[in-house]
Amino acid sequence: MGTHYFDHAATTPMLDAARDALMAHMGLVGNPSALHAAGRAARSVVDEARETVADALDAHPSEVLWTSGGTEADNLAIKGLYWARQRADARRTRIVVSAVEHHAVLEPAEWLAHEHGAHLVLIPVDGNGVIDLAALEREIAAHTSQIALISVMWANNEVGSIQPVAQVASLAAPHGIPVHSDAVQAVGHVPVSFQESGLTALSFSAHKVGGPVGVGGLVVTRTERLEPVTHGGGQERQIRSGTLDAAGFAATAAALRWAVDAVPAESARLRELQAQLVERIGAAVPEAHLSGAPLGEGRLPGNVHVCFPGADPDALMFMLDSHGIEASTGAACSAGVHQASHVLLAMGRSTADAASTMRFSLGHTTTQDDIDALIAVLPEAVERARRVHSV
Amino acid sequence: MRVLAALSGGVDSAVAAARAVDAGHDVVGVHMALSRNRDQFRSGSRGCCSIEDSNDARRAADKLGIPYYVWDLSDEFHDLVVKDFLNEYAAGRTPNPCVRCNEHIKFDTLLERAETLGFDAVATGHYARIVIREDGVRELHRAVDIAKDQSYVLAVMGPEKVAQSMFPLGDMASKAEVRAEAAARGLGVSNKPDSYDICFVADGDTKGFLQRELGEQPGEIVDESGSVVGAHQGAYAYTVGQRKGLGIGRPAADGAPRYVTGVDTARNVVTVGPETLLSVSTLRGEEAVWLAPDVPADTPVPCEAQVRAHGATTPGTVVRDGDTMTVELDEPMRGVAAGQSLVVYAGTRVLGQATLASRRV
Repeated sequence: MGTHYFDHAATTPMLDAARDALMAHMGLVGNPSALHAAGRAARSVVDEARETVADALDAHPSEVLWTSGGTEADNLAIKGLYWARQRADARRTRIVVSAVEHHAVLEPAEWLAHEHGAHLVLIPVDGNGVIDLAALEREIAAHTSQIALISVMWANNEVGSIQPVAQVASLAAPHGIPVHSDAVQAVGHVPVSFQESGLTALSFSAHKVGGPVGVGGLVVTRTERLEPVTHGGGQERQIRSGTLDAAGFAATAAALRWAVDAVPAESARLRELQAQLVERIGAAVPEAHLSGAPLGEGRLPGNVHVCFPGADPDALMFMLDSHGIEASTGAACSAGVHQASHVLLAMGRSTADAASTMRFSLGHTTTQDDIDALIAVLPEAVERARRVHSV
Repeated sequence: MRVLAALSGGVDSAVAAARAVDAGHDVVGVHMALSRNRDQFRSGSRGCCSIEDSNDARRAADKLGIPYYVWDLSDEFHDLVVKDFLNEYAAGRTPNPCVRCNEHIKFDTLLERAETLGFDAVATGHYARIVIREDGVRELHRAVDIAKDQSYVLAVMGPEKVAQSMFPLGDMASKAEVRAEAAARGLGVSNKPDSYDICFVADGDTKGFLQRELGEQPGEIVDESGSVVGAHQGAYAYTVGQRKGLGIGRPAADGAPRYVTGVDTARNVVTVGPETLLSVSTLRGEEAVWLAPDVPADTPVPCEAQVRAHGATTPGTVVRDGDTMTVELDEPMRGVAAGQSLVVYAGTRVLGQATLASRRV
């Protein structure tokens, strides 16, 4: 039985260019922080990769901080910005984020609220999962001098809705409030320019664009002070200590270069498959409905998040997987047990509705054959999963 | 056959799944998540429900090369097992939650799901044997290893479910043999401790659990003449036949030990008396299931009755009438509480099961 991979938003297969770069540098001798020839050679690989990443994200090389991935980048942004602002002005206790952020943003923010006296403010979203800018504007107006930072993701990982981050940044800019965006799902999938966004900080991850797991980064403007979260040898502007992973960075740069260059062609190709998949799911399972922003510029080209009312998520997952369809249940998963998704609940969905969902995410390996295979097994899978639920 | 192997994360279910694979079946491993808020690590002698247990189950599936899924049955478990447990105690009865879990979760919810999703049978690590006769009747028997036998808690599943179940460990000579087989197969759980506590009572303190869930209800302990001899914090926490933990200071007139002889939760009164009052010679069961279609028992049939897991059996005769079952015992039994599961055997074979309704002196 062949398998059909529909979980690119979780991780996407490594690109050949990334694998080649990784293999080419795995044998590299020398700590990039060492001063001898081997060290300099390794450092050169690190900085070459940094320049490539900066170019791909339209940022300056010195704005790129390497991390172990998107989660660390988000933690560094939230905690680093909060502590730096707190140190400068103790009244700034408010952390303002959208209600649909990834847990890598929500959890550190909640932790700061719980353990460090921060005040977490969740800005609501509309039925499409897009932040309510008017509510954000009211929050800024009412608490201008108490806000430490704002964080709004570039694109939602569950339902694919793209957020108006540039507008968020321009609302905050007059008040000097730093704005971070978790762009893990956006980079390499839609055009992302750090320069033009007006953001203070932006997180990215390598394995979501065909690079290795365990590498990512935070792009931060040069003027922004960030308290370190990881203390040690002082690498990465004294903000993120730890020996630099030259091979991983080289592979990341190769992947990001390919993915960003491919955005125009790939997004057009994926949007066609996406539209076709949505239409055929609707024809095969009439009660199914798409969650998130309508297809088009406001939605990631690879995201198809569907609610199948009355279907048991465990059963649906099992039926699809046993037919080689590899997708995620739309609900968050904690060691195999589904929790109703905070994203869908924030969008106004019922707990029951929020439970019966699947996320099909398309990517660089997705073909017409995959779509056909999914549609071939979906109706029966949904039908059985519904019978299980009504037992 | 397409077989769903229920994997708790323990050694028994892992070896059972391995044997189903060896038998040539197309096996899929499923771990049932029975609680929404699970502890990270296993503690004490609880046999399931922690994240560590589900990881152990996944590793067993990896070793066997079978797919593995976690199915969330926590709502069903809470509604059909935990709530039932509390309701039964609140009504002055003594439930067996493992029997209810087998009845409602493993051999109902799980089995029905499996059937809906295309499986032919469910395999578990229970110790019991299914004997298929030439006439097609499937007999449920005690396991070869009598010390580990679980036919008592399985009997409730009834004849239809027996036909869809597999117990690959039924003919194992001992638990040691199961552990040795697990080790030989390279299963990491071969040395995992046995479990015996009620899985949803985190600290093993059933009385404390009942008090937290049902609240303290102070009341009186009286003797058979109605005089008050002590106090309790909730009649629901007592079981007929119980001797320990009564906290009665004043000894009985004849100095003989006193036992709980009655629990009346409506009046919140616990009655105590001498051991002689505990004797019963007739057992009446309700909600009976009958696993021996060839032995209708419309007239008295010789049998052995068992009212407790791993308890002794008492010989007698059983008559079955619809969904009730009556056993006349050859010699009296003592310490029989309403709510307990009554299982009648003919030798090693399970004839039927019912829930004890009331006792007759």
